[in-house]
Amino acid sequence: MADAIQPLAGPRQSQQGGPGGWTPMRTRLGAFVRRHKLAPYLLLLPALAGIALVLLWPLIQVAIYSFQNYGLPQITGALPTQWVGFANFSTTLHDPLFWLSLRISVLFAVVVVPLTLIVGTVVGLMLNRLGRKMSIFVSTAALLAWATPPVSASVLFYWIFSPDGGLVDWALSRMPHWLVGSTDWAQYNWATTGALPAYTLIALLVIWQSFPFIAVTVLAGLKTIPAELNEAARVDGASPWRIYWRVTFPLLKPIYLVLLLLSVIWDFNIFTQSDIIASLSNLNEYNLSLYIYDKAFTFPPSYSLGGALALIFAVILLVITFGYVRAWIRQGALQ
Amino acid sequence: MTSADVRTSAGTAPAAVSPRSRNKAATRARSAKRAKAVGLNGFGLLIALATLFPIFWMISTAFKPSQEIYSLNPDLLPAHPMLGNFRQVISGNVTGGIGPVWLFFRNSLAVALATVLISSLLALLAAVAVARFRFRLRSTFLILLLIVQMIPGQALIIALFLDFKALNLLDTLTGLIIVYSAQALPVTIWMLRNFVATVPKDLEEAAAIDGASAPKIFWRILFPLVAPGLVATSIFAFITAYNEYIVALTFLGQTHSDYTLPIYLTYFFGEHGAEWGPIMAASTMYTIPAMIFFLLVRRRLVGGLVAGALKA
Repeated sequence: MADAIQPLAGPRQSQQGGPGGWTPMRTRLGAFVRRHKLAPYLLLLPALAGIALVLLWPLIQVAIYSFQNYGLPQITGALPTQWVGFANFSTTLHDPLFWLSLRISVLFAVVVVPLTLIVGTVVGLMLNRLGRKMSIFVSTAALLAWATPPVSASVLFYWIFSPDGGLVDWALSRMPHWLVGSTDWAQYNWATTGALPAYTLIALLVIWQSFPFIAVTVLAGLKTIPAELNEAARVDGASPWRIYWRVTFPLLKPIYLVLLLLSVIWDFNIFTQSDIIASLSNLNEYNLSLYIYDKAFTFPPSYSLGGALALIFAVILLVITFGYVRAWIRQGALQ
Repeated sequence: MTSADVRTSAGTAPAAVSPRSRNKAATRARSAKRAKAVGLNGFGLLIALATLFPIFWMISTAFKPSQEIYSLNPDLLPAHPMLGNFRQVISGNVTGGIGPVWLFFRNSLAVALATVLISSLLALLAAVAVARFRFRLRSTFLILLLIVQMIPGQALIIALFLDFKALNLLDTLTGLIIVYSAQALPVTIWMLRNFVATVPKDLEEAAAIDGASAPKIFWRILFPLVAPGLVATSIFAFITAYNEYIVALTFLGQTHSDYTLPIYLTYFFGEHGAEWGPIMAASTMYTIPAMIFFLLVRRRLVGGLVAGALKA
């Protein structure tokens, strides 16, 4: 590590020299590094190697699998691996389950992203106006929801909505029918009855876990807005609604853009929650992530079909990410 | 909240204009202000309680005996609180349990701490490179980080599974540590870059002129100033590893003694006949350390993102 850091000192290193008999060697190496301006590359190398080997190379491999017939017979060696062109993609595009799971993923993001942003914004605005003690109380509560590990939170929400002994079914079954519909809520199974109840439950869970991040970020943004701006607008008789849209929102737009794109990516992606609650045993409750996982790992595994799906999935996300990256660059984040 | 605000602005404005009605208007303004404060605080309290409720319910269930948990009329608080569920989870002697919970704590901590060490070290070196040097491909590298950070685990998991199988690293904690460290890098490099960039270069140059060696400059000048950033990135890496699900689920197969906490908990949860009391006790034990961690560092949590987003 010391050698990698060495170039930091620049030309002075050679004047100062080092202890021990290997000084010349070190100096010569240092001179070589300096002459070719290698220092930044040497510093980057370990991190870049890690990212390339663990994150980039697998993506390339997945792309390769998706054009092959890599499955159980190929793993056992019974049949050779062959190139099959776009066969996996056409199988996928003709699979109704693919479209069903894609629809669930898209609808989920379309519903949950705005809800999370709205709840987070309302709480953020509220935190900005609450007294100190109350503000700490509310933000601590939000922080605890945020801190709950997704696996814990999923198991917990499953329990709250559980058909045997769950609190929600208990409460709903005691409410008048005109309010909650005539469904028999006692022992209603949210997780396995269908995609709508299952993803309603998952939506509540995801909003509960992700609004705190939005709220705290919006709050941090609000603190950067000079108080005089809001004051001036209020003296002019603008309503809070108007102040928000005319003053606050335009100033926080860069933050919102990042939050929006991050939320879209996160909510489109969800696997942990859907695996624990909707689970791989309910075909009609697959989102795209579950569908990929099922194709790749449920016996008999087909890494090629899974790969084709993963590639489609990655491309969709890269398109969204492209917007995210542009948002960062526009803000001069690379300087 | 909205209507209360409108009322205040309407109430205070005339008070300044007409001295005759000042008293009356002031009273009105005061009561409107109080109503607004009450409304706002009430709303805040409601949000806080609703947010806390699931956590409260988890802990409450963990302390309830079985007959109270499945009671037809559940109570908010355990009528006869007991530690039995925790005892079962700790001893591992419970339906669906696959060993004493400490074993899985140890696995999770080992993985998370190793991830913190490796990712912090690699990220710090890379952060110094991008913050201190101008070189070709610098922007490319930064953009690459933003992109790879967004590649979801589900897209890579197939290839990772096959690669790590070939390397004989499935069913080992080492395999997890390698993947988690790499996954944490993009964000930690971005975060650390901002911290390194804020350290004035003059400091290093002055030290260099005084004859300090490069390692000395690093440890004596750069490191102490970047330390708060390292705390932030360590927390990020720790939480990432402590919470991770899909890779652990795929890599850790039949060897139960290698399970990390989330996999232990889902296995427990999925076992037929497992009871909610012990499951919630295990879940509570898994959750509390993460919460303490978040509370300790609450002020650093959003710094990175907001600083970046507002830099324009």
